[in-house]
Amino acid sequence: MSLNEEVEILRNIPMFANIESSKLKLLAFTSERHTYGEGEFLFRQGDEGDSAYIIVDGEADVIIDTDEGPLTVAHFRRNALIGEIAILTDVPRTATVQATTRLDTMVVSKELFFRLVMEFPQIGVEIMRELAKRLEATNARIRELTAA
Amino acid sequence: MPEARAEGEHPGRLPGAETPGYRPNVPLERSIFRFIMKYSKRQQLVVLGLTFVSWPIIYLTLELPKAIIDQAIGANGGWARDVLGAEMEQIAFLMALSFGFLFFVILSGGVKYVLNVYAGRLGEQMLRRLRYMLYSRILRFPLPHFKKVSQGEIIPMITAEVEPVGGYIGTATSTPLYFGGLLLVYLGFIFAQDVFLGLAATALYPLQIYVIPKLQKRVIALGKARVREVRGLAENIGESIAGIAEIHANDASVYERAGIARRLDRIYTIRYEIFRRKFAIKFLNSFMAQLTPFFFYAIGGYLVIAGDMTIGALTAVLAAYKDLSSPWKELLNYYQLQADIKVKYESVIEQFDPPGLFDEALQLTDDAGPESVGNTLDASGLAYSEDGQSKTVDGANFSIDLDRHTAIVGSGSSGRDDLALLLARLLKGTGGRIELGGQRLDDLPEPFTGRRMSFAGPTPHLFSTNLRDNLDYGLRHRPLRTAADPASDRTRLDRYIRDAHAAANIDADPAADWVDYEAAGVADRTALDRKCVDMLRLLDLGDDLYRFGLRGTIDPDERPDLAEAMLTARAALRSRLDESRQSALVEPFDRARYNTNATLAENLLFGTPAGGAFDIDRLAEHPFVRQVIHESDLADPLLEVGRQLTETMVEIFADLPPGHAFFDQFSFFGSEEMPEYQQLLARTAGQSPDEMREEDRFRLRSLPFKLIPARHRLGLLTEGIQAKALKAREIFAETLPDMLRGEVEFFDPNRYNRAATLQDNILFGKVSYGEANADGKLSTLIGEVLDSLSLRDAVMVAGLAHSVGVGGARLSAAQRQKVNMARGLIKRPELFIVNEGISNLDGAAQRRVLDAFLGEMKGRGVIWSLHRPGFARNFDHIVVLKGGRAVEQGSFAELDKEGSVLRELLESE
Repeated sequence: MSLNEEVEILRNIPMFANIESSKLKLLAFTSERHTYGEGEFLFRQGDEGDSAYIIVDGEADVIIDTDEGPLTVAHFRRNALIGEIAILTDVPRTATVQATTRLDTMVVSKELFFRLVMEFPQIGVEIMRELAKRLEATNARIRELTAA
Repeated sequence: MPEARAEGEHPGRLPGAETPGYRPNVPLERSIFRFIMKYSKRQQLVVLGLTFVSWPIIYLTLELPKAIIDQAIGANGGWARDVLGAEMEQIAFLMALSFGFLFFVILSGGVKYVLNVYAGRLGEQMLRRLRYMLYSRILRFPLPHFKKVSQGEIIPMITAEVEPVGGYIGTATSTPLYFGGLLLVYLGFIFAQDVFLGLAATALYPLQIYVIPKLQKRVIALGKARVREVRGLAENIGESIAGIAEIHANDASVYERAGIARRLDRIYTIRYEIFRRKFAIKFLNSFMAQLTPFFFYAIGGYLVIAGDMTIGALTAVLAAYKDLSSPWKELLNYYQLQADIKVKYESVIEQFDPPGLFDEALQLTDDAGPESVGNTLDASGLAYSEDGQSKTVDGANFSIDLDRHTAIVGSGSSGRDDLALLLARLLKGTGGRIELGGQRLDDLPEPFTGRRMSFAGPTPHLFSTNLRDNLDYGLRHRPLRTAADPASDRTRLDRYIRDAHAAANIDADPAADWVDYEAAGVADRTALDRKCVDMLRLLDLGDDLYRFGLRGTIDPDERPDLAEAMLTARAALRSRLDESRQSALVEPFDRARYNTNATLAENLLFGTPAGGAFDIDRLAEHPFVRQVIHESDLADPLLEVGRQLTETMVEIFADLPPGHAFFDQFSFFGSEEMPEYQQLLARTAGQSPDEMREEDRFRLRSLPFKLIPARHRLGLLTEGIQAKALKAREIFAETLPDMLRGEVEFFDPNRYNRAATLQDNILFGKVSYGEANADGKLSTLIGEVLDSLSLRDAVMVAGLAHSVGVGGARLSAAQRQKVNMARGLIKRPELFIVNEGISNLDGAAQRRVLDAFLGEMKGRGVIWSLHRPGFARNFDHIVVLKGGRAVEQGSFAELDKEGSVLRELLESE
C-alpha cells in the first residue's frame, strides 16, 4: 500500500478529516505499518503505553479485565484510532486490544503523536473534539446505568 | 608449578623470565656518562678503535693534493722520478697520485660509514635498554605512586624525551674523538706547513672555549624548564580527555582552553628564549670563524710574496682551514647536544626512582614458592598509612582460616579498602606483618601470589582486546608453547634474540601460547573456552554473552564446524517459521526476487560488504556500481524515482522548522540540505536526463539507494524498476572485477557468510517491517532453534571474541566487574580476595552473583571486603573493622547481637 492510500485512510478518520494532505503525508510517512495475526494482542491492560494505532484493515476487540473475568467492551473496525489515551496522559493502558482477524495497522509512536499535536494545533483541536465526544458518550452511558 | 618448555622452542631463547645482562633491582645510573660506561664500554672502545684508524687516512687525503700540485703539476722539466724503485714519467706520476687520492677518499668515506652504522646501532641498543629499564620500573612502582604521577607525564618520558638520548649515546665517544682527531690532523697539517699560520688558525679557540659554556649555561636551564612544561602539557591534555564529560557538563571548555593556552604560552616563551640565545651563540661562533681567514690572507700572502712559502702550500692550508671549520663546528654542536642530553636524561631518571619499589627479584623469579597458601592467614599489628601520618589500618590483628569464607565489614572509613589491598599485597604495610601459612606475605614471589591468589577490586581494568583474552589473563605467566614453527624462520628469530639480549630485553615471544591450561584445570583451548562460558554464566553474564555471540562474526576457516552448524540453524529456523505460519516475519534473500525489506543498495549488492570498497551507505558513488546501473538501464528510471522522492520529501518536510528531529529520523536529506534540493528540483524541472548537470544526475540517482519499499511505502520502486534492479544484481555479480571479488560476500542459501553476524547468517533475510514485534518473536525463535540444536553454548563461545573496547568501555561497569570476577575464578585460586568486586550490579544481581561465587569457591579461601554488611550472613566468618582495627571476629550468629558493632552497621545500612 502506498503513502497516498494511507493518506486516504487517515482522511476518513474524523480527527484528521480537516487536516491538509501534506501533514497527513507526514503522519503516514513517519508512522510504521504493523500487521497482527488473528488473536494477537496489540497491547494489554496495564502495559506502558508507547504508541497509538490506526486500523487500516481488519477488526479488533477492546477487552477490560473485571472481577468476573475479561469483558469485551468495544469492537473496532477500519479507520478507528486506538490507544491514544495512554499516550496522551501517561497512564498505563486502560484496556486490552486483541486482533479478531488479521489486522493491518499504522502505528504512531507517542513521541511522534505528541510532536504532531504540538506542531499542528488543528490536530489538537480535532483530538479535543473527539475526546469531548467520547466523554459525552460515556456520561450518557453512566446516566443510563444509574437510571437502570 | 614447573615451567614446561615447548618442543621445538628456539635454543637461543631462555626459559622463564631470565634475561642476560638484566639484573633484577638494578639501580638506575644517575648520570648519563655512568650509564654509557656501564652498559657500552666495549662498544665504545670499538668506536674509538675505528676513529683512530680513520685519522692517518684523513691525513693522507690532505697530503696527496699538496703533492699533486707541488710535485706532479708544479715541477718543470728534468722528469723521471724514482718511485718505489720504478722510474715514472710526469703524467704517469700525476695519475698515480690522483688515483691514490681517489682511493684514500673512498677509504675514508668507507671507514666513516662503518663507524656511523656501528655508532647508530649502538645508540639504538642503548635507547632500547633504557626504555626497557624505565618500563620495568613502572611495573615496580608502588600503587600509591600512581596517585601522584599521571599517565600523561610518564608516557612522554619513555617515548619522546629519551629518544634523542639514543642518538647521543651512539656518538658519545666517537663524535668528540672523530672530530677532535680530525681537528688535530688538520691543525697538524697546518702547523707542518707553517707554525705562524697554525697559531693564526687557532688564535681564537681559547676565547671560544671560555665564552661558549658561559652562554650555554642559561640555555641548559631553559631546556630543563621546557621539559617540565611539555610534561605539564601532556598532563593537561590527558586530564582533558579523562574529564571530557565533566568539561561539557559544566560548560568548562573555555576554561580548559585558557589553561592550555597559558601552558602553550610558557612553552612558547621558553622556546623563543632558547632560540634567541642559541642563535646569538651561533652568531658569535661564525664571526670568530670568519676572523681567521683574515689572518691567512694577510700573513700567508705576505709569506708567499716573501718567498718563504709556496703558493701550493697556502692553497692547501686554505683548503685545510675550510675543512677545519666543519669539525670545530661539530665539536661545538656536540657540546651543546651533550649538555642538552644530560638534562633530559637526569630529569627522566629522577622520576623513576620513587621510594618503596616492588622487589623485582620476586617478579622475575621462576620459583613458584610454597606448595600451597596454607591453612591460615595471620595478621599481627598490621598498619598502613599512605602519607606516614594518618593510619588507615592501625594495628589490626586477626587470623583467617583459608578453607572458609571470611567477610570484612566496616564503614567506608574503617580501612576496609586498604586492608584488602594489603592482603592482596598490592600495598605494602607500614607496620606489622601478614603471614600466609606461616610465610611472610612480603617474601613470597609474584609467581606464587599471582597464581594461587586472585584479587578483584571495585573498578577493574579490562585490556583493550576481546573477552577471551581478558578472561585468560590470569593464566599467562610464562610462554609455554611456541606460536608457529620456529624452524621456518630461524634467521629472523636468531636476530630477534640476539638484539633482545644486546639491549638486555627479555627474549620471550608474546605471540607464543602463554595460557596455562593446567592451572585452569582444563586440557586445551576448547575446554578453556567452555570454562569461560560457564564462569560468565555463573556470574550472570550468560545472556549478554549469548547476544555478543549472535551479533559477532566468526571465521569459517577457523571454525568450519560452527559455520556448518549455522547453516543447519538457518534451515531449522526457516522450517520453524513455516510450521508456525510466521514466515512473514523474515523476507529471505532470494537471488531471483527483490527484497522489499532491504534498501535498493542492499538489493543491488545482494551480499555483505566484506572490505572497505563497498560502503552500503555510499554504494551509489562507487564507479563500478555506476557502470552497472547504466548497463542495466536503471539510470533513467532511478533519476525519475530520485526526482519524485525529492518532491515528496520537499512536500512533507518543507514546512518543518530547520533542525527538526524528524529530518534525522525520517528524511532522505537533512534540513540544511533542503534549500539545495528545492533548487535542484526547480533547476531540473522539465529537463531531460541529458540536459541535466552531471552532479544533479548523480545526486538524484543516489537518493533511491536508501529506499526500502516495505518501510517507506512510497510506491516509487515499481515492479518494472525492481525487475531492472534484479538484472543489475546479476550484472554486478557476473562482471565484478577480480580485484573487487574479496570486497563482497554474496548471499548464498547454502554458504556461510563470513562478513555477516551469526544472527544474520541464521536469519538469512531481512526482518519484515510490517510485522508487529518481529524482532522479539524472532529472537525467541532463534533461541529455540539454537537450543534444539544444542548450539547455544557454541554461540556463547563465539561471543568470547567480543571486543571490550578501550579499557573495557564497550561494557557496562557491572559487566566489567563480572568479567573481572570470572577472570579471577578461571585460574582456580586457593585464596580469592575481593574488595567491593560486584558493587555496580543491581541489588538482586549482587545477591545472585555472591551466592554463585561462594558456591564455586566452596572449600577454598575467600576474603571479601563487603560494601553491604548485610551480605555478611552468607559468610562463615566475619572480621569487623573499625578505625583500622579488627574490633569483632566470629560467625554472623555470634556477632549479631545487641550493642555489637556489626549490629550497628547492619542497622545503618
